[in-house]
Amino acid sequence: MPMQRREFLSLTALAAGGALLTPRLVFAHADRRRPRFVLVILRGALDGLAAVPPCGDRDYAALRREFALRAPGEPGGALRLDGFYGLHPSLTFLEQCYAARELTVLHALASPYRERSHFDGQDVLENGSPKPHALQTGWLNRALSAAPGAGQREAGVALGQNVPLVMRGPAAVTSWSASRLSALDEDTLARITDLYAGDALLARRLADALAANAIASEDGGDSAMGGGAAQANGAAQANNARYTEVVRAAAGFLRQDDGPRVAVFDTTGWDTHANEGGAQGQLAGRLAALDAGLAALKQELGPTWSDTAVLLVTEFGRTAAVNGTRGTDHGTATVAFLVGGAVTGGRVIADWPGLSGRALYQGRDLSPTLDLRAVLKGVLGEHLAVPARALEQVVFPDSAAVKPLRGLLRT
Amino acid sequence: MPESFTSAIATNRFGLGARPGELAAIGSDGRDWLRAQLLAGPPALGSPELRPSQQILSDAFELRREIQGARRAERFAGGGGGADQAAQNAALQQRLPQFLRPIYLTEATARFQQAVSTERPFVERLTQFWANHFAVSVDKQFLAGLAGSFEREAIRPHLLGDFADLLLAVETHPAMLLYLDNHLSVGPHSPAAQQLVRRQAQRRIGINENLAREILELHTLGVGGGYTQTDVTSFAEVITGWSIGGAEGGPLAGGAPGRFLFRPELHEPGAQVVLGRRYRDEGFAQGVAVLHDLARERATAHFIATKLARHFIADDPPPAAVERLADAFLRSDGNLPTVYRALIDAREAWAEPLAKYKTPSDYIVSSFRGLMLPVDAGRSPLAPFDLLGQRTWQPGSPAGWPDRSADWDGASALMKRIEWADAVGGRLGSHRDAVELAPALLGAHLTDATRAAVAHAASAAQAVTLLLAAPEFMRR
Repeated sequence: MPMQRREFLSLTALAAGGALLTPRLVFAHADRRRPRFVLVILRGALDGLAAVPPCGDRDYAALRREFALRAPGEPGGALRLDGFYGLHPSLTFLEQCYAARELTVLHALASPYRERSHFDGQDVLENGSPKPHALQTGWLNRALSAAPGAGQREAGVALGQNVPLVMRGPAAVTSWSASRLSALDEDTLARITDLYAGDALLARRLADALAANAIASEDGGDSAMGGGAAQANGAAQANNARYTEVVRAAAGFLRQDDGPRVAVFDTTGWDTHANEGGAQGQLAGRLAALDAGLAALKQELGPTWSDTAVLLVTEFGRTAAVNGTRGTDHGTATVAFLVGGAVTGGRVIADWPGLSGRALYQGRDLSPTLDLRAVLKGVLGEHLAVPARALEQVVFPDSAAVKPLRGLLRT
Repeated sequence: MPESFTSAIATNRFGLGARPGELAAIGSDGRDWLRAQLLAGPPALGSPELRPSQQILSDAFELRREIQGARRAERFAGGGGGADQAAQNAALQQRLPQFLRPIYLTEATARFQQAVSTERPFVERLTQFWANHFAVSVDKQFLAGLAGSFEREAIRPHLLGDFADLLLAVETHPAMLLYLDNHLSVGPHSPAAQQLVRRQAQRRIGINENLAREILELHTLGVGGGYTQTDVTSFAEVITGWSIGGAEGGPLAGGAPGRFLFRPELHEPGAQVVLGRRYRDEGFAQGVAVLHDLARERATAHFIATKLARHFIADDPPPAAVERLADAFLRSDGNLPTVYRALIDAREAWAEPLAKYKTPSDYIVSSFRGLMLPVDAGRSPLAPFDLLGQRTWQPGSPAGWPDRSADWDGASALMKRIEWADAVGGRLGSHRDAVELAPALLGAHLTDATRAAVAHAASAAQAVTLLLAAPEFMRR
């Protein structure tokens, strides 16, 4: 019988005190189940009421007017989650995950940020403190530093040329994106490495890039990592091709036994101020591309999917009512998705505040009833075994009142 | 700091990277060279192939009407059905991008060419700074055709004048109104809304607060600048009616197509309070009055001063320098050359060489200037921007591109630069002498290590690669 994670941890503690287990044995156990975590940041503020419509709420249809999704079962209606919530019809892969109990939807959730600036909202979402610009490092990096086995290898990878704030900090992380140029010859590379010997930042970055390239080529080289993007015609296809490339790369890293176990990437285009659309239209197209990207991720991960949790988060939600230009303005609470083989899914977790005029936050937005940090603490604690003390003090400062949401993952 | 550094800092940090001979021409004091650049007129970018935004937008609106008409006709005819129709729809779908894309390429190439060849690189950098402060992004419909003319019409003519004039030109430009959705924003008690209520139209009528919010947050006061959600909403109502001629069918069809148009029928009537000040309803003038006051707010001065100092001094600029710039802004009523001169006079800007990591755009432009590479319009001249991760006018958000090292110094980003430098070296081969160029481009920044690496390179091509990859060429 496989050892339970909590037992494993207590044994490790015991080992440290009484040397009952050799370190080697501990690592053997640790490697048997290597949890993988993917964070997807949806920049621009995803409309949670469009992605996961509360079809059973009596105020929903009036607020969303012509864009209100019909109830599940009706033509063009929302996909069925439970009797109350639906899922946007573009999210067909997520619907399958829900049915397979691999998707948990978290609704009426918000970060501690209560203003409506994208840029400060994203900063809080990533820095992990209650205030924008309070920290120059990100919660995910600090969590990796505090997780067991920290410092042994590159802990995380950002899919993109640069590392987003959430992944910046003391733990060694790297970034990777597909190359469209031919590789350098070894002599030139050696000379540049020498040239960077006196420059701490560039020396480290170059070493990280070479390490990431090594992992990427181990995985079967350019074809598997999406080098040479598919020729795409329209903008939508180009978008999809970029998703596929990113997702393939992420999977390529996570499949490795000794590669990074955390990957981050971000997506844009969620700031739907005008002509947002309903079952079809602008947002529907974006959601469909996202959904297809997640389906590709599962496929590319293969058996690793069962050890994986993917969390999709956005900086805040949008106004409950449609605005004057058939879109929605910046709001407060929204939705997050936790999906993957390691997730105890098939449910919507929400303390639904309602959508009546009095229930709305400041009379306009979905009210927040779930702190995003409770979800993050739950995931990081159960999935990546980040100690509770670290979560409370280092990863999410000033968050003692926010208790981890437990039972989100199979442990 | 020895005097020899001022010319190197002037060309690399304030300018766009030295062209061969530039350092020698500047002589000992880079400050005078920078001040002189502010004296000539606005940095126009003129070429017969660059058309006014009004023409471009009017053509785009016309094209959209044709496409919509063709769609309606198809639906009316019941359609040929099947694959034929799908192909036809796809072809229709492509017509607008096919019209806009070449305009983007022409405009972005002209801008690139100007950056590479200009003899007033400080002013060109300021153009890029303001275009990024008032960012639009070409990933939104129509903007691919407008980002270039927006910069030429709203930014360039005013960046050597007063901030208030720059602000008004930007916020009334069709590109900004389209980008932040204001052209269709309707006052809830406006004549147009009343009429729709009488007709019991289903469509919700109201404001869109996007532009108002970003003016306060990103263009003037800054996010901590002391405004509330109520200010955002009131200001959004103030600028209802700030629209574009011929924008949509129906009631919005009127007016000169593609030009700014104040539509009184969409404007929210009545006085409004923004930031504690009351503004009487004088139609268009109500919004002009709010912008006029915003341009003179202390928070605005501080926000602009901080961004300039971050761009020209350090990621975390010294507060004393920021204060001096903000003072210059307030004392001169937002006269921008006065602020730029305070920046040139700031001791901190000259204290620490190479304090800023180059953005991809800085890196590409300085390479082209230093190596005298031709901006070859025939073969995709913008490919390096795509490759190194900073497509012209595509920051993806109204906040523009970030301006700190950590946003650009990723491992993969560095590898891309090195690979690109290698490709450039390979292409130039022995056509450039990097040993001679290194001191001409880097001046006092050039280290012994780089000088030696370039001198001992295995080939002329490799010497060019090493020069472009050198730590002092990655920074400014």
